[in-house]
Amino acid sequence: MNGTNLIKIALRALANNKMRGFLTMLGIIIGVASVITMLAIGQGSKRSIQAQISEMGSNMIMIHPGADIRGGVRQDASAMETLKLNDYEDIVNETRFVSYTSPTVNSSGQAIYGANNAPTTVYGVSPDYLYIRRYKIQDGDMFTEQDIQTAAKVCVVGKTVVDNLFPGGENSVGKVIRFQKLPFRIVGVLESKGYNSMGMDQDDLILAPYTTIQKKVLAITHLQGITCSALKEEYTDQAIDEITEILRRNHKLKEGADDDFTIRSQQELSTMLTSTTDMMTVLLAAVAGISLLVGGIGIMNIMYVSVTERTREIGLRMSIGAKGIDILAQFLIESILISVTGGLIGVVLGVGAALVVNGVAHFPIYIQPWSVVLSFAVCTVTGVFFGWYPAKKAAQLDPIEAIRYE
Amino acid sequence: MKEIIKLDNIKRDFRVGDETVHALRGVSFTIHEGEFVTIMGTSGSGKSTLLNTLGCLDTPTSGEYYLDGVSVRTMGKNARATLRNRKIGFVFQSYNLLPKTTAVENVELPLMYNPNYSAAKRKEKAVNALIAVGLGDRLEHKSNQMSGGQMQRVAIARALVNDPAVILADEATGNLDTRTSFEILVLFQKLHAEGRTIIFVTHNPEISGYSSRNITLRDGHVTSDMVNTNVLDAAEVLARLPKNDD
Repeated sequence: MNGTNLIKIALRALANNKMRGFLTMLGIIIGVASVITMLAIGQGSKRSIQAQISEMGSNMIMIHPGADIRGGVRQDASAMETLKLNDYEDIVNETRFVSYTSPTVNSSGQAIYGANNAPTTVYGVSPDYLYIRRYKIQDGDMFTEQDIQTAAKVCVVGKTVVDNLFPGGENSVGKVIRFQKLPFRIVGVLESKGYNSMGMDQDDLILAPYTTIQKKVLAITHLQGITCSALKEEYTDQAIDEITEILRRNHKLKEGADDDFTIRSQQELSTMLTSTTDMMTVLLAAVAGISLLVGGIGIMNIMYVSVTERTREIGLRMSIGAKGIDILAQFLIESILISVTGGLIGVVLGVGAALVVNGVAHFPIYIQPWSVVLSFAVCTVTGVFFGWYPAKKAAQLDPIEAIRYE
Repeated sequence: MKEIIKLDNIKRDFRVGDETVHALRGVSFTIHEGEFVTIMGTSGSGKSTLLNTLGCLDTPTSGEYYLDGVSVRTMGKNARATLRNRKIGFVFQSYNLLPKTTAVENVELPLMYNPNYSAAKRKEKAVNALIAVGLGDRLEHKSNQMSGGQMQRVAIARALVNDPAVILADEATGNLDTRTSFEILVLFQKLHAEGRTIIFVTHNPEISGYSSRNITLRDGHVTSDMVNTNVLDAAEVLARLPKNDD
């Protein structure tokens, strides 16, 4: 008996029981569709988080003065004065894995222009900061090294600040705004970046030369932090090692002493967030996988019923020359046909459902080709696995008894 | 005449619990090509076991069975399946047609298990077999749209389609009314006249009159084996029977 004949026989048997075949298939359809939809949602949110992190600069490294304990009281990081300008300069000059470096000092307060005012944060940084955080200038220019040298009262503002202070939509470049009584001339406006994955408005900020903020706003000489970017995301660890070495040397820390600074990288955050979404994806896929399993058990159940119901048919086929393997193949092909057809319908439904979720609920989705291939492969395997025992049972029937089975 | 079936001291024992049941206790006979043999016996006589053995569904515990010159006793399951496919045509009491399947598809079935036949050749043979049993006008009827007599004709066509060495009929008229039974007997006699070898297993002694040879079984032994010199013509009897009104 050849394959075409077997498929013909199986199709004929399925055609004789359309409703039952469809209901059996439904288990597989739902299983495959849910696997694909869940993976699409899981992968979609993972990708969207990754995209947001890389917007923020996935190779970013943040250095803060470390938690110090004075008299048993852990001090607030901003109260630390351990990070100095020479730390910044040494990082700029001595590292190989760091591409951009900027000191950071910041201050929150009201920004005022004419009759309008809005609370915001001023970040005292160097021009490198744009490259580290991946901001782009939309209008005007970034302030220059020259402005830093002279502690010029110039600033670059984010979109939210512009919207708040210039509600009429007039050109803000060249205007002078006040922040904590100090006038700042706007030299540039940043391109909007929107909200980040933590819900923070990335456009609600003012960038100014760090020297200006240090001297004229905060009246300090130390730095509140240093922000760097590694050459590439992969070099983050090497960059952190270099920075640690420089800072420990500069701060004259003895071997075995704790760091008086903390270094955090965006990579950590990214790893943490993606591991969370990965876990979510795995959980979703597990739930969906269970429904696929249930679908498979449905196939096995129906195939058992079918074998019992068709015992006489099996007996007849055997007595007119069907070998055990022919009977096995016939029932196996039947269950594979059910599961593969169900799988195909499931793929279509799953992709459709994912698109609906995207369209209606605006969830980010990403349909990975491998998830389609995988779930399809799984349901074929399901067909073989769950079809095997009933088919084996059929093949092992004794034709003498089967033909007279009532 | 060619020997189609040769049984040599066939014994078949079954173990039921702790007891051994001797279903066949040494059966020997030879059937030649073109014979129409009835094998009779009451229930428990061993005729079902004999039928299973003749049909290569079962193998004897001891003794030799040659089907068309081939020794069956030592054959494996698969080899016997192929042997059945090529050499034997079965006709069962309860027809055993596939449900919701057309006459042609039912008749084609044995050829489906023979890779030497193409789809076209299969169909041609099936149609010819159906014409031979007088169902040329019901090729595409499904099994549930046919009467008992028609279904048994389809089953006979199915038994003919592989040009078997022997047709094994197991109570082939058992489920049919008198008139239809005779119609089927007429068909068997016609096939016999065409030179086919037929073994008809039955418990109904009436049928023996229409065959060329009668073998009687009792308690696992052959008790009589006679050539029927006065073969009745089933067609004549059929002509005398009152017509069915329906």
